[in-house]
Amino acid sequence: MTPKFKAQAGTFESSDIMVLIEPVAEGSGRQVDISSTVMLQFEEDLKVCINQVLDVMEIENVHLIAKDKGALTPTIKARVETAVKRSLGIQEGTL
Amino acid sequence: MKNALGVEIPEYIEGIGELKPYQGVWKSIIEDEVPCTNISRTLKAKKAHTSKFCSSLEEAIKKCKPFDGMTVTCHHHLRGGDGVLMQTIEILDKMGIKDITLASSSLTSAHDGLVPYVESGMITKIFSSGIRGRLGEIISMGKLKHPAIIHSHGGRVRDFLTGRIKPDLSVLAASAADEEGNSTGSHGPSAFGSMGYADIDARYSKNVIIVTDNMVEYPCVPSTVRQHFVDYVVKVDSIGDASKIASGTTRITSSPMDLRIARIAATVIEHSGLFKNGMSFQVGAGGASLAVAKFLREDMKRKSIQGSFMIGGVTSYGVDMLEEGLFKAIFDVQSFDAAVSTSVLNNPKHVEITCDQYANPNNCGAMTNKLDVVVLGALEVDVDFNVNVITGSSGEIRGASGGHSDTASGANLSVIVCPSFRGRLPIIMDRVHTIVTPGESVDVVVTERGVCVNPAKPNLAAALKKAGLKVLDIKDLKKEVDSMTGIPAEKKLGDKIVALVEYRDGTIIDVIKNVTNLE
Repeated sequence: MTPKFKAQAGTFESSDIMVLIEPVAEGSGRQVDISSTVMLQFEEDLKVCINQVLDVMEIENVHLIAKDKGALTPTIKARVETAVKRSLGIQEGTL
Repeated sequence: MKNALGVEIPEYIEGIGELKPYQGVWKSIIEDEVPCTNISRTLKAKKAHTSKFCSSLEEAIKKCKPFDGMTVTCHHHLRGGDGVLMQTIEILDKMGIKDITLASSSLTSAHDGLVPYVESGMITKIFSSGIRGRLGEIISMGKLKHPAIIHSHGGRVRDFLTGRIKPDLSVLAASAADEEGNSTGSHGPSAFGSMGYADIDARYSKNVIIVTDNMVEYPCVPSTVRQHFVDYVVKVDSIGDASKIASGTTRITSSPMDLRIARIAATVIEHSGLFKNGMSFQVGAGGASLAVAKFLREDMKRKSIQGSFMIGGVTSYGVDMLEEGLFKAIFDVQSFDAAVSTSVLNNPKHVEITCDQYANPNNCGAMTNKLDVVVLGALEVDVDFNVNVITGSSGEIRGASGGHSDTASGANLSVIVCPSFRGRLPIIMDRVHTIVTPGESVDVVVTERGVCVNPAKPNLAAALKKAGLKVLDIKDLKKEVDSMTGIPAEKKLGDKIVALVEYRDGTIIDVIKNVTNLE
């Protein structure tokens, strides 16, 4: 599936992650930009975790921006999933 | 050579000298008599009715005949608002003085301005109980010529008396002073309370300059630092940023996590066997730590307990408890807010003490040795109960040893309060990155998930279980936390020793290596 709308999920609070999705043209692939307060400790883990959710949801073309303040794995997965669903127009959200 | 905690300690470091490995909390303190024949202070007579007053700090410093390689000290009673240390270094730099050893009682966010002087090699050695901010980062990157020495508050006094630190020039800020140098922090527009750390510099330094923004008519009473220790007196427009020096009252945290940890910690104290009339108590000023005082206050009222004394860094919250009669006295080495200064000045039961009396491990009357209960924070704790309060998650220097190891060693019950993880970083490690306080002197670790008791205290564990507290094996708690956070990537460290952590007895308890992925 390909995101149709700009969407976001999450907050900038400590232990949360803000996920922003921007639609991109078909065939342009995945671009995942991550910044995190625990980048030095969990960079790999964040990449793997975010890509796993995109894999499961079969999102191949997307620009995803994640601003992490030390969220735990379930939080990261939930925020990514929600942002993607909002960008697909299948879940109502704050945007 | 290895110390008692298995840390490899060099026998000698160029510019620092010979190092002794840490052997245990009390071993060398009890066994060794410490000679005090190497004190910096000399006696310098002054003719009758001559003046010590200098019209500028520059003039006063010149009169002290500064030289390359000298040791300069300041105090940190002005905390994040200090303007005096930076002025001193700037003046010395203008005079072309270099190779300076800086031995401030602590370094705060007000001292990031030291960075260029460290990078230029003007400052080559640092002794301090704490190093933070950008200064901590560049030292962690290896930019200070010699390793920094992190001592405890009590250890600093010991270092002055043994000659490990030999101050040549001490520039000491006061909120009120007279022409002879009688001075205080308890009154005046920039009042900051106790001068407990500064009093040590005044007594043992070779040259003492008092700097104040508030000259008062002779005699300045009450005063802490006395005139027979003071060489010169300077009036300046400002000793710093008053709003950051001391303001208002300290509030109790509203963080649910900190409040939960504090509630559990207060319950630990209540069932420790020490919660009775005559209990003495110290608590830090940080979030969960100070919040313990809130719950303890309620518990003491409920059970009609009257304590003996409180010591340490004092907040207005402690002052409230004194005024309510929950404790008979406060012994104050450092005050944290404006309301405390008023109490230091007006309440005879609020006693200003020197850092020597507070925590010097080698004297015969340190207050920390009379402590029943202390509550302390932690950046990291390990499964052997060792505590790190100096290095952060990347291994960078960003904290303070302060009175942590002093109070932990003296108290009958030392309670560490910390969340089990902070922003995904697990707090309980197999081994803390840097040991400041050895596990031998830590009794209980309190987290939001439960309480871990040092296996050396089985009776305490039994009492806490009986009281209905969730007592966990610290290794099990570590596993539980790791399963939620994941395991952080290894720190990127080099081989260079950038700092030594001196235990309160003068031995080296740990070394800090350079961090290679800082920018």
